[in-house]
Amino acid sequence: MRSSRARARRRRDHLARVVLSGTLQQLAGGASELEVEARDVRQLLRALGQRFPELAPHLDSGYAIAIDGEIFQDAWFAPIGPDSEVHLVPAIRGG
Amino acid sequence: MNDPRTIGLTERKLKIVGTRPLRPDGVDKVTGRAKFGADLHVANMLIGKVLRSPHAHARIRSIDVSKAQALPGVKAVITSADLCDLPSEFIPAGEMMVNYRDMTRNVMAREKALYEGHAVAAVAATNEETAAQALKLIQVDYEVLPHVLDVAKAMEPDAPLLHEEMYTIGVEPKPAKPSNIAKRVEFALGDVAAGFAQADVVVEHEFTTVPVHQGYIEPHACLATVSEDGQAELWCTTQGQFIVRSFCAKLLGMELSKLRVTASEIGGGFGGKTVVYLEPLALALSRKSGHPVKMVMSRQEVFQASGPTSGAKIWVKIGASRAGRITAGEAVLKYQAGAFQGSPVQPGCMCAFAPYDLENVKVVGFDVVVNRPKVAAYRAPGGPIAEFAVESVIDEIAKRLGLDPIELRLKNAAKEGTKAAYGPKFGPIGLVQTLEAARSHANYRVPLKANQGRGVASGFWFNIGGDTCATLNLTEDGTVTLVAGTPDIGGSRASLAMMAAEELGIELEKVRPIIGDTSALGYNFLTGGSRVTFSSGMAVVEAARDMVRQLRERAAKIWEIPLDDVVWEDGCARALGSRSSEIKPLSLADIAKTAGKTGGPIVGNAAINAQGAGPSLATHVVDVEVDPETGKVTILRYLAVQDAGKAVHPSYVEGQMQGGAVQGIGWALNEEYIYDENGRLQNPGFLDYRIPVCSDVPMIDTVIVEVPNPRHPYGVRGVGETPIVPPMAAIANAVESAIGIRFTELPMSPPRVLAAIDAKLASQSKTAA
Repeated sequence: MRSSRARARRRRDHLARVVLSGTLQQLAGGASELEVEARDVRQLLRALGQRFPELAPHLDSGYAIAIDGEIFQDAWFAPIGPDSEVHLVPAIRGG
Repeated sequence: MNDPRTIGLTERKLKIVGTRPLRPDGVDKVTGRAKFGADLHVANMLIGKVLRSPHAHARIRSIDVSKAQALPGVKAVITSADLCDLPSEFIPAGEMMVNYRDMTRNVMAREKALYEGHAVAAVAATNEETAAQALKLIQVDYEVLPHVLDVAKAMEPDAPLLHEEMYTIGVEPKPAKPSNIAKRVEFALGDVAAGFAQADVVVEHEFTTVPVHQGYIEPHACLATVSEDGQAELWCTTQGQFIVRSFCAKLLGMELSKLRVTASEIGGGFGGKTVVYLEPLALALSRKSGHPVKMVMSRQEVFQASGPTSGAKIWVKIGASRAGRITAGEAVLKYQAGAFQGSPVQPGCMCAFAPYDLENVKVVGFDVVVNRPKVAAYRAPGGPIAEFAVESVIDEIAKRLGLDPIELRLKNAAKEGTKAAYGPKFGPIGLVQTLEAARSHANYRVPLKANQGRGVASGFWFNIGGDTCATLNLTEDGTVTLVAGTPDIGGSRASLAMMAAEELGIELEKVRPIIGDTSALGYNFLTGGSRVTFSSGMAVVEAARDMVRQLRERAAKIWEIPLDDVVWEDGCARALGSRSSEIKPLSLADIAKTAGKTGGPIVGNAAINAQGAGPSLATHVVDVEVDPETGKVTILRYLAVQDAGKAVHPSYVEGQMQGGAVQGIGWALNEEYIYDENGRLQNPGFLDYRIPVCSDVPMIDTVIVEVPNPRHPYGVRGVGETPIVPPMAAIANAVESAIGIRFTELPMSPPRVLAAIDAKLASQSKTAA
């Protein structure tokens, strides 16, 4: 019940569920999951940078954004739906 | 563009995609007409050569080039003073984050030489002999410093320090002292302690891999011309002409638009040609001399100063229940970066457990500098090293539980909706299908004899998209030129032309694919990350649809009917509606003929940042025989099964799978750098650094699995990198099955295998006595 209420609230307020782990979690003061109001990737990065200044310099240096499982790399305007699950993962380059 | 999600992947009847036509670059390659990096010659051309450090680690007190400059025939001598010094910061270069301070120091040493072979000066002279003679006249005053080659030793507190200003990133509190550890990274999911507590069986091992070179047959080569007004042209063998332009312009302080870079045919890259070595030096020499300058590395230079991928120390621990469910996985990865930070430890950490659906995972990685050449990307960078260790431990878990190794993997396989150990959930992926196809293949049932063994391993790679442009030009006779900006390494001219022909509804022979230079198209990220058939394919499809829209518009104008009453089918515009029976269809050639009169040339364009690359997973099964007298491991049978999404040209996909398997065989059995006590490479050539040749391997059997990627118009996934991920573990597992010895160190070369057999026999006789 509580989780469905939380989901409804996230939808209403257009909040994404952002999951941080590893190095980014350390830089965000240990926060592993947070809610961020953002309709696209750029808004998300801006909001995270403002909330966690320690995180800000790292966000531009090689992180991709996984929105509901799909990884977006260097895509500021990729849309983030309400109640989306967002992960920040290191950008992959490959050989 | 139509949203690819809306295009039915299964309903479309394909005529060209999925077939096996002859390759468009084949004739030039077999007749020797194809021009590779070293094949260009121009008037008044000079030959450039590089002076390299004989020391693994040395401070450069001074460099005196006066005698070399005075030698008749020498037109220019350069040192690091001729390149821009740049601050240490990671800044975007296309889609890469690049530290130009390190890059400028890697192409030409400044304060210190950090590995044997590190460039310290370069000359341009009228011929090769004069250039070689001039190098001998350059006097470098070195202060030789202690060096370190091994990753574990480099991490010790009293290790020789490569960079006095490098402090480990990713540890709290911030270190007070500099060290060789550039970065610590961590990925975690769930609670590994709780997971291990639930396990009925726990296996852990330490593993060691050594650096291996990409082994491309064509050495680095380029030809640069800088004119008096600062405009420059560069011809080079590269995986990305646009990133070469970015790097060189930055290192030389040039505007991007003044530098035009053309990618030659490329004789292999495998990630090793995603960086610059000679190119900025040739440009600097040309700028200084006023002549074109050609530079070609010798094989020795390729080994001493380019690539390789990391060597590593890895610790892996996995726990599983009696029923065969993995309850926890943990790993620590320590990767050599070479002389400058930037090993692929991060993707290694992410790949380590990626094939599996695990609730409790923790992976920690360290990026460590040592006095070896700076590592470059190598096919699925970081993945093969991590998965060698993990897949070896998985094999041992299967043996402890008495389970078939494929069965254990099926019980734990990641599938659509599985949360990856590095965070997000997977879309459609095909690991289960590769495991099932491997299990039902005839190879899996061939009886084995004494000293023979079978090994299984799976592998994962992410694949990427990125910035991509493509242009289709309709010529006056109705044929089409296709211009792509991603060098063709693995057959992309064929696959791109096939997708264009499929979209346009014309014969494949009517499409001529070429790779454009940096002035022909907008920015293209490089050929790498298994992205070209996916990303350039997506751009080509979009460009073709742009062209079809224009073709329909022209037909509508000619017929004086609404655009919506014109469709494009089988290479023709056809009218719909009441007049359809009286209007004769117009072919591509018909519309091309009158294009000038109906609105001008018809050009289809696309410029995209391709998203939605789907990971590719693979399962390999190998049978080996170990000769107990010599320690030689012979590959008897090799099966590679991989999810390609959709194989546009199945022969090329099979070629990628076979090539990756063969490179993996070399990595597993023979390849290693041998250094002396002074940090000097003892085997810089293919005679002593042994890559597999045809007689070393059987025909590699392949099975392509197709689980379409819903984000690509044809369902494509990249296929080029995943095939090198499973071989090392598959072979180690097969050797263990054959002789009962678990190898945790690569390569499993004959002397090492023989020593292990002897040690086992000695141990057995001691026990018996």
